[in-house]
Amino acid sequence: MMTPSTSAIFEALRQKLGPQVQSVRADREDEVYVLLGDADVRPITEHLRREFGARLATVFAEDRRPVEGVFFNYYVFEQKGSAQYLIVQAPVRTDTLEFPSLSAELPAVNWQEREIQDWFGLKAVGHPNPRRVALHDNWPDVYPLRKDFPLETVLPPFEGERHIYRPAFGEGVLQVPVGPVHAGIIEPGHFNFAVAGEPILYLQLRMFYTHKGTEKLFEKIPLHKAVFLAESISGDSSFSHGTAFCQAIERAASMEVPLRGLVMRTILLELERICNHVADIGAIATDVGFVIAHAHASRLKETLVDLNEQMTGSRLLRGMVCIGGVRRGWDQAQLDTLRNTLDFFAAEFQELINLIDRSESTRDRLEQTGVLRPDKARDLGIVGVGGRASGVDLDVRRDHPYAAYSRYSFRVPVYEVGDVWHRMQVRIDEVNESIGIVRKAMTDDLQREFRVPMPTIPPDRCTVSAVEGWRGEIIHWIRTGPDNHLERCKIKDPSLNNWPALVEAVQGNIIADFPVINKSFNLSYSGTDR
Amino acid sequence: MLKILQKTISTGIVTANYPAEPAKISDRYRGRPSFDFDKWKDARPAAEVCPTGAISLSDKGDSRKVTVDYGLCVFCGLCAEASSDQAVRITREFELATPDRRNLVLTAEYTLNPDRTHRGLRKVDRASVNVETDVESLGKKARETIQKVLGRSLAIREVDAGSCNGCELEIVALNNPVHDIERFGIQFVASPRHADMLLVTGPVTRNMELALLKTHRAMAEPKVVVAVGACGISGGIFGENYASLGGVDKVLPVDVYIPGCPPRPQALLHGILLAVGRLAERLHNNRADFF
Repeated sequence: MMTPSTSAIFEALRQKLGPQVQSVRADREDEVYVLLGDADVRPITEHLRREFGARLATVFAEDRRPVEGVFFNYYVFEQKGSAQYLIVQAPVRTDTLEFPSLSAELPAVNWQEREIQDWFGLKAVGHPNPRRVALHDNWPDVYPLRKDFPLETVLPPFEGERHIYRPAFGEGVLQVPVGPVHAGIIEPGHFNFAVAGEPILYLQLRMFYTHKGTEKLFEKIPLHKAVFLAESISGDSSFSHGTAFCQAIERAASMEVPLRGLVMRTILLELERICNHVADIGAIATDVGFVIAHAHASRLKETLVDLNEQMTGSRLLRGMVCIGGVRRGWDQAQLDTLRNTLDFFAAEFQELINLIDRSESTRDRLEQTGVLRPDKARDLGIVGVGGRASGVDLDVRRDHPYAAYSRYSFRVPVYEVGDVWHRMQVRIDEVNESIGIVRKAMTDDLQREFRVPMPTIPPDRCTVSAVEGWRGEIIHWIRTGPDNHLERCKIKDPSLNNWPALVEAVQGNIIADFPVINKSFNLSYSGTDR
Repeated sequence: MLKILQKTISTGIVTANYPAEPAKISDRYRGRPSFDFDKWKDARPAAEVCPTGAISLSDKGDSRKVTVDYGLCVFCGLCAEASSDQAVRITREFELATPDRRNLVLTAEYTLNPDRTHRGLRKVDRASVNVETDVESLGKKARETIQKVLGRSLAIREVDAGSCNGCELEIVALNNPVHDIERFGIQFVASPRHADMLLVTGPVTRNMELALLKTHRAMAEPKVVVAVGACGISGGIFGENYASLGGVDKVLPVDVYIPGCPPRPQALLHGILLAVGRLAERLHNNRADFF
């Protein structure tokens, strides 16, 4: 995987795995495609994991029947210390429609394999829990991401079975259903707790309530409009998802974004991170009753969204990123506002953290609450804040540098404890690092250009693009089509990996601590459900 | 404890006094795009770039009908950038909430030149957004209604029926110390049984349809429904597809529509206060039923 030349990779894999490895190609240095002769990815997965410590970042399918007569599954691997992605492309036979499941060994891909089952009608053979996930149980047998399924299909009222949650038995054991409409102003999802008195024995999750056909929709709308769809994948990560999408197109078209555009993106990505982290710190505080800290945090967040609006015209940083750079430059007044607001914020943030640090009772509630052990975090493939608090040292900004991150040094905080307190610590550290990045980026002396025009995008280019959103690793994979349209767009929000972490972390905790544990991960439902 | 108190005192009052005073918003804010139809020489570039089809055209012979739908608008500003004739301008207006969906749509009819640019403006149907132009008195009225009619409190149940979470962020911001919606006696409640108002976001996914209906059914009469954001009004960028129904009024009767993507907190407040008026009317009309 570290080898630079594709022929060397090919030779090595061929020697190890035999004729199953058909070819190795790379249009870009940091993205290598390995084509297999069949759907059995188990040997190569085993090889890459064992020999190179590779991590399987995401799995997805594509319907290539109209052109190549088959479905393909794609497995995106990355390796510590290498900026290269290795993507294994495995054809799924059209007659059996089966592929071997990796979920038993790699729980990280559990939901993603089931998503392939639901959306493409392919069967993950050997999956420990092959039930519906992305389309609910009451849906008819339709496969919306197949090419012969029209996006506009109007399905009749659903009459299928309702989801049956696994029962929990035992004296005094109760099951507590919560959602999809929750008590607070949050996104919809269903939680089914099995409790023995106060402690939680087991949590079952039901997501995809907000599934709105996003990936299919990407195949319909022209690229310049699709940027806005990318901004609506997960509202609080508008800029990260927007950037990931634009980057993908830019890579496919070999566009060179001017440095100023990259630096501005970096600043805005960090503003998004700061803004969401400070809100989460406040929300964690309020869930253990420290409402004054929450009031200060939400006041500070409001200052930051005002700043967002000043810099981009939108409180959620929307309508700013575009294919080729950013849409508008900044004048001196805006840069002054950015500097002053950041100075004000940095001082206020420190005071907020002092308030929390001094509160013994807050600390007492957060320490050893909702522990996710490092070995579990690694097995489940947890990324982002939740991963870093549990020893998973991943950060796309450092591992696969994009935008202008390679120009600035920053520290990636990693802890081993994995409790709510440390997930908060990761956020606190990251806010401070982000302030540093923005300050350095602001003093970068740059040329005036911040955008290049979008050319006609060449068809049939595949490329992967990754961004470290404030929640963690965001991956977009695209195949371009004719007339500035896409053939396929796969969206992997970090939340898709991370929900199982919540299931793990709540076990043995009291049900009253569920809100704060949930908040400490703060996963996106819409990003998961798409 | 002393430190906490000290911090509270040194911070002072941060709450904004909207709508009694105008909202303090950035001069960069992208609000309602306004259209100078006389000046508009060609609507095609704007319609071409609009990500949601909020600006659409239909040409018949030498005539063109241009439709602008603020219920679909995501306030991206591309239409203004694309229109070289300066006929489209981005304003800072945000108080766009209305009880009537039709108020969000405006149309203009043009005679066309051979090159398909506009020659003459035949007819304009203007949308009557800003029905309640006097926002200050709207606030006062709503406050009185809540005081007298609703026993000093209006309870809102929020339902995310498939939104991207953008609208939720702004609704949550209504509770922060700056916007502080509780100064009107308005509060968000956990149970629909306690709620007078259902605030719905998202294009209404097939997977949330039933939960939304059940939540509405669980509310006691009289109740009002408010559709929030481009998705809530029309499906927004998601529109109608196999998984999305394309707006709250496909499932429930909607009393007030609040445009935006997402609507800023002041826009939400404006829409909610407007809906309080509707609730008061309903209470008045149905009084006999209750006593």
